[in-house]
Amino acid sequence: MSLTILALQLAAKDEPSPLFPHPSELIVGLVAFTLLFLFLRAKVFPMFEKVYSERHEAIEGGLERAKKAEEEAEAALAQYREQLAEARHEASRLREDAREQGAAIIVEMREQAQSEARRITELAHQQLEADKQQAINQLRTQVGSLAVELASRIIGEALQDDSRQRRVVDRFLEEIESGSGDSADSAGAGASASGPGTPAGSGKSGGDKA
Amino acid sequence: MSYSLLAADGSGFTSPGPGDFEYPPLFGAGTFFTKPMLIIVLASLAVALFFYLAARRAVVVPGKLQFLGESVYGFVRNGIALDTMGRQGLKYAPYLTTLFAFIVTLNLSGIIPLLQFPATSRMAIPAFLAVISWVIFNSIGIKRHGFVGYFKAMMFPPGIPKLVYLILAPIEFASTIIIRPVTLAFRLTFNMFAGHLVLLLFILGGEYLVFHKGGIVGIGAGSVSLLGSIVLTFFEGFVQILQAYVFVLLTALYIGGALADEH
Repeated sequence: MSLTILALQLAAKDEPSPLFPHPSELIVGLVAFTLLFLFLRAKVFPMFEKVYSERHEAIEGGLERAKKAEEEAEAALAQYREQLAEARHEASRLREDAREQGAAIIVEMREQAQSEARRITELAHQQLEADKQQAINQLRTQVGSLAVELASRIIGEALQDDSRQRRVVDRFLEEIESGSGDSADSAGAGASASGPGTPAGSGKSGGDKA
Repeated sequence: MSYSLLAADGSGFTSPGPGDFEYPPLFGAGTFFTKPMLIIVLASLAVALFFYLAARRAVVVPGKLQFLGESVYGFVRNGIALDTMGRQGLKYAPYLTTLFAFIVTLNLSGIIPLLQFPATSRMAIPAFLAVISWVIFNSIGIKRHGFVGYFKAMMFPPGIPKLVYLILAPIEFASTIIIRPVTLAFRLTFNMFAGHLVLLLFILGGEYLVFHKGGIVGIGAGSVSLLGSIVLTFFEGFVQILQAYVFVLLTALYIGGALADEH
């Protein structure tokens, strides 16, 4: 024991002062505390810290994974929505296209039909024209030959009076009506001879004559 | 005796006093090992064993014992070190936890049956703990700010009228260098000292009243005193934990103050 403590104890008359540290307690306490600290620092607290960080890691990792999964799900959803919107857009575009194409087809078909109709009409007109021309040509040749025949008949008979003259004409007409086979054959031969050749030229010449 | 409570007759009651804190050597005269030292050794071993078993197979999902050990460590680490110093307090968590466990066990030895003596009521224990804390926070401050810088930051905090420094500087110096360690040690010692004294008084006084004084008054008053001692024991337990916490918290605050850039 140090002198001071001894002195104080003496002064306090057998009542040791609680104010002053007891040296051997100081040493025992200091050694015990130091050893305890070194032991705990070496063996205990690093383990706890390790576990803390592992736990933290585990929780953090779990949260991170959950977050990531959520993000992925959201991304997938967004993608699906986008695809859906695209598909809808595509569908409407296709519908529009189809409608336009349909309209175009209808217009085209209509034009085709009209042109076809026009063509047919044209053809019919031409045919008609040709037939008409042929008929005219035929008529012209027959009328010519008939007129010549009639004239030769009239000239062959002595044209003295009117009744005779009328008779001749009536007879001629009757002949025509009854014996049209002869004259029709000759007329047909004449038409067939001149028809395929130059109907326009014969028509013209016929026209000039008329 | 100036401490006698009931000095009615010659065989009167001797009230407990500072003498009750002095123990004779356990192994006869001439040896130095006393009961408080035994308590210190046992408490240290108990703390070491407890933490060792708790941390021996530390896993992410803790068992009961590990959870308990982690709770004590986590209480000091998160509740004191990190709260007062932030992330840089993590470095001091092992020391602060050892300090807390050591003090709280020695305090509680005051109400643990058979031991029933708070070793921290012996001046030596809080004294050396306070000195260690003092050395730690001062050396941290000096390391952080330099010798001059540390004392300048301590004694001449910026933003104060020049004249005030005449008073402030000595006060700050005395407060940090002298008063802090002294109050740390005294607060703990005499809280334990007084608590133990009060318990002794209630128990020994009650015992005296019931068994020696006797009579209706003696037995009645003594019973009340003994029952009161049970209540006081719980109260003491609370004070013992609280004082350990206060010691550790103040140490952490002092370290934090030394670490801080602005004093």
